[in-house]
Amino acid sequence: MKASLILKRPRLIFRSPCASRALVLAGALGMALVASGPARAADTSPAQQLARFEAAAGAPGVPERGRQFFADKHGGRWACASCHGERPLVPGQHASTGKAIEPLAPAANAQAFTSTAKVDKWFRRNCGDVLQRECSAAEKADVLAYLLSLKP
Amino acid sequence: MIPILHPPLTRGRHGLCAVLALLLVSGLAPAQAGDHVQSPSTPAPPAYAAECGACHLAYPPGLLPAASWQGLMAGLPRHFGSDASLDEATTRQLADWLQANAATARRLREPPPQQRITQAAWFQRKHREVEPAVWRDPSVRSAANCAACHPGAARGRFSEHELRWPAALDARYRRDAD
Repeated sequence: MKASLILKRPRLIFRSPCASRALVLAGALGMALVASGPARAADTSPAQQLARFEAAAGAPGVPERGRQFFADKHGGRWACASCHGERPLVPGQHASTGKAIEPLAPAANAQAFTSTAKVDKWFRRNCGDVLQRECSAAEKADVLAYLLSLKP
Repeated sequence: MIPILHPPLTRGRHGLCAVLALLLVSGLAPAQAGDHVQSPSTPAPPAYAAECGACHLAYPPGLLPAASWQGLMAGLPRHFGSDASLDEATTRQLADWLQANAATARRLREPPPQQRITQAAWFQRKHREVEPAVWRDPSVRSAANCAACHPGAARGRFSEHELRWPAALDARYRRDAD
């Protein structure tokens, strides 16, 4: 008796076919809105960003130098690798909070380095976290060259 | 609820079953009412998940009182050791939304030390059975990592009947939870 009352409950709410259809439509619209996500300016690519920093630095990025830079703590408590992992082809983990972080290597993450605004913001923030200063164009070029060199 | 209260169903034996069914159903209802986390009255601005959910869970605003959110948003350049600053428009948009949806219940009204949710008296009471070693375990990492054990945390769901079990929470915890 108990079970049948519970099973009946959802059906009684949607007694009106109109209401059911409206609910389904709202759900579909809602899902579409969620799927479209926040406005993402995919206005660039990892290769374009590398070219940009190389041009600013006046020299090509060096993957091996980038690898060392990425793993180094630079005298502080964190390295880039502390959150992103030394070979960021897999998700990283925030060093303090444990929050999962999408892989940074373009080969493992199609969204990486595809928004100029995000590239600038995260370099500013995370170089500040690791080095307590901005990274130079040469350092950014090295890091990007290293990340682009990573293949699964 | 109306069909359950319909006269034929509330008579005699059916009446008892109806009451029990009602109680059972309300137990299965969304956990917010019993877990002291108010749902936001409006959806979060997209910037909240994007900006405030990158390094940690985008904490439901109902976990802190308005005074705490105010302090946090005013101090973004010195956000727990990091520079979390945003442009003025985004800062104001998020601050407004957080203020409007902050906790108002008496139990959560006191701003916790350093605006840390995990330092609030109610948080420590709720987690008093969790040993300190659990927070340090790599599978959890930090008490601020709600999602390690609370899969519905981003949606404000923290019921102890909806837990997941990282390696740090061994068999004892699972047994006690039921």
